[in-house]
This record gives sequence, C-alpha cells and structure tokens, in this order.
Amino acid sequence: MACRLLWASRVASHLRISVTQRGFSSVVLKDLKYADSHEWVKIDGNKATFGITDHAQDHLGDVVYVELPDVGHSVSQGKSFGAVESVKATSDINSPVSGTVVEVNEELTESPGLVNSSPYEQGWIIKVELSDAGEAEKLMDSDKYSKFCEEEDAKH
Amino acid sequence: MSLSRAKDLRLPLMNLVRLKGSPILEQLHLEERLLRTSSDNWCIVNDGTNVPTIVMGMSGKPSQLLEVEAVMEDRIPVIKRFTGGGTVIVDKSTLFVSLICNKDDVPNVQPYPRSVMAWSGSLYDEVFKSVNGFQLRENDYVFGDRKFGGNAQSIIKNRWIHHTSFLWDYDVRNMAYLKLPSRVPQYRLVCSLFHLDLNVF
Repeated sequence: MACRLLWASRVASHLRISVTQRGFSSVVLKDLKYADSHEWVKIDGNKATFGITDHAQDHLGDVVYVELPDVGHSVSQGKSFGAVESVKATSDINSPVSGTVVEVNEELTESPGLVNSSPYEQGWIIKVELSDAGEAEKLMDSDKYSKFCEEEDAKH
Repeated sequence: MSLSRAKDLRLPLMNLVRLKGSPILEQLHLEERLLRTSSDNWCIVNDGTNVPTIVMGMSGKPSQLLEVEAVMEDRIPVIKRFTGGGTVIVDKSTLFVSLICNKDDVPNVQPYPRSVMAWSGSLYDEVFKSVNGFQLRENDYVFGDRKFGGNAQSIIKNRWIHHTSFLWDYDVRNMAYLKLPSRVPQYRLVCSLFHLDLNVF
C-alpha cells in the first residue's frame, strides 16, 4: 500500500496533478475525469488522453494484449473502441468522450503490462481530438469515482 | 422450474439453444451477435462441430501456437475468436457450452474475469458433483491433474460471455498440430472421458 501511494505521488507530480489519499487499495488521481466503465481521461484543450483506471487493471489481472484502434478512427462516448485481454478474457475499453483518434500508444503492443504497472502514465491507451468538450461534464470527478468503486466492490 | 413459476419469483430468464454438429465458426458468429445485440440471457449447447478446427484466442499468434506447416499441409481450418484465452483443436467429440448473461441478472458476479470464472466454477461444480476431482484450477476445468475443458470470456459494458469447449473425447493425433504454450500450468495431461449424460439444462 505504501509503495502504491509513493508511486501515485510520483505519477501525480509528473502529471502536475494532485492525488486523493484513499483507504481503499486502488489509486485515483484528482484532476482526471472518470467513466463508470472504469476509464480515465485527461483533457488538455481540445485533446484528451485515455486509459483504464488502477481499479480496472487490478480487477482484470495481468494484461497480455491490447487491441488498439487505428489513427483516424472515430470514437463515441460510452462505446467500445478497443479491448484488453487478461486471464482468458477480452474486456472492452469504452470511450469516455467522443472524438477522433490522433495517437495510439504503440508501446502497448510489445509491453501490454504497462496497463497494469502504470495505468495513468506509461499505460495510456489513446489520444483523441475532442468533438464535444461538453461531454466531459457527464463524467465523474475523482471523489465521485472513488465512492463509485467502493460501492461497486461492496456489492460483491 | 416452470416458466410461469420463474416469472412469479421474478427470476431472470435464460434462453436455451441446443445445436448438434454446428460449425464452430457459425457458433462463434452467433455468440458474438447475441452478446452485442441481444439483451437476453442465453445458453448455447453445441454437441460437436462438423470438422476438426483450430480455434485461437484474440491475441493468438499462429507462428507461436501452431505447427504451421502441418496445419497448412493438412488444410486444418484456423479461427481466431473474439474471446481471450488459449488455443484448442475441436471436432465432433467436443461439447461446447456457452453462457451469455446480463451483468445485472447475475448481481453477485462482478464483470471481471476472475469473478465470472468463480461463478462458472461453482456452476460446473454442481454439474460434475457425481464425478470425483472436478475443480477450476489455474483457470482451467480439471479432474484431478487432468485438464478436460478450456474456457474463455468476453466482457462488454453490461454483459459477458463465458464459453467452454469440453474435450469429451479427442483424437490424440490432432494435438500434434498445436505447440505447447509458453506459459504452461502444472498439469499437462488431457484425458479422454467416457461419455456422460448432461441433464443439467
């Protein structure tokens, strides 16, 4: 737990954002937005970077493959744009906001485990040019997402 | 349980589809379509497929998993499926069982691989309770030290599929088309079973 908090602090410092201290085991970064399907998004002007959250990677297990979209592909909020494979399962990755893919993380082809080891930094999945910046308002902030994860896990 | 009683108890319903000898490619097309476009729960049972076929998981690489020259020489069909997991060669003696569920209809199961497999393991515990040694071990179905069924899943936003190919019997010569995977579980034996009646559905 202490190692994960130290790692989170270093990531947050690099990204110049603050981190929420949680008694829960998953790391949630402030200043990111979150979808209820456990993707995170960092918005920078009219561009956004997505990935899956620490909560998601922890529950998925070791990621062995990431299916990436092509650059130029359109993504829509709430719809699948790719998948990760772990423990005999493929799991859809859903787009937190709509836009056009401008860059994919090619590192994930050779090193899919980056999604596990560095979900908010080296494990980013795609970058898009936003088509509707207002869509981000529908997403959760870090506090709401933390509560969402706790409630979800408490049900099972 | 009768349909009316199930409705009275407000239990979710599951549609059962029984097939015999359907080509595995057609079965997989059906499954993916039902997973992504239906809002019902489905159980698909296919008793054998028409020709021996190699089926790889989504990330499977033929050069790593198959004896490619032999596969091409003997013209064995190779399919890449939409779920994860490993490689299997299936034929008329394979029994396929697939479960497609809305996550809200199985509320005690989180839509993540290990949770789904824990649920399926308990389901098949009931199915095989008269047979000694059944367990879910390292994500495979085994009797003791012998793997007899591979399984795989695909999880989308509000639904998931868990499908299994039970090697009820198999031709040992077909195994020669497959290479040993790089990550090998402790057990490596696959057994040929005498036929069991499956009256669970």
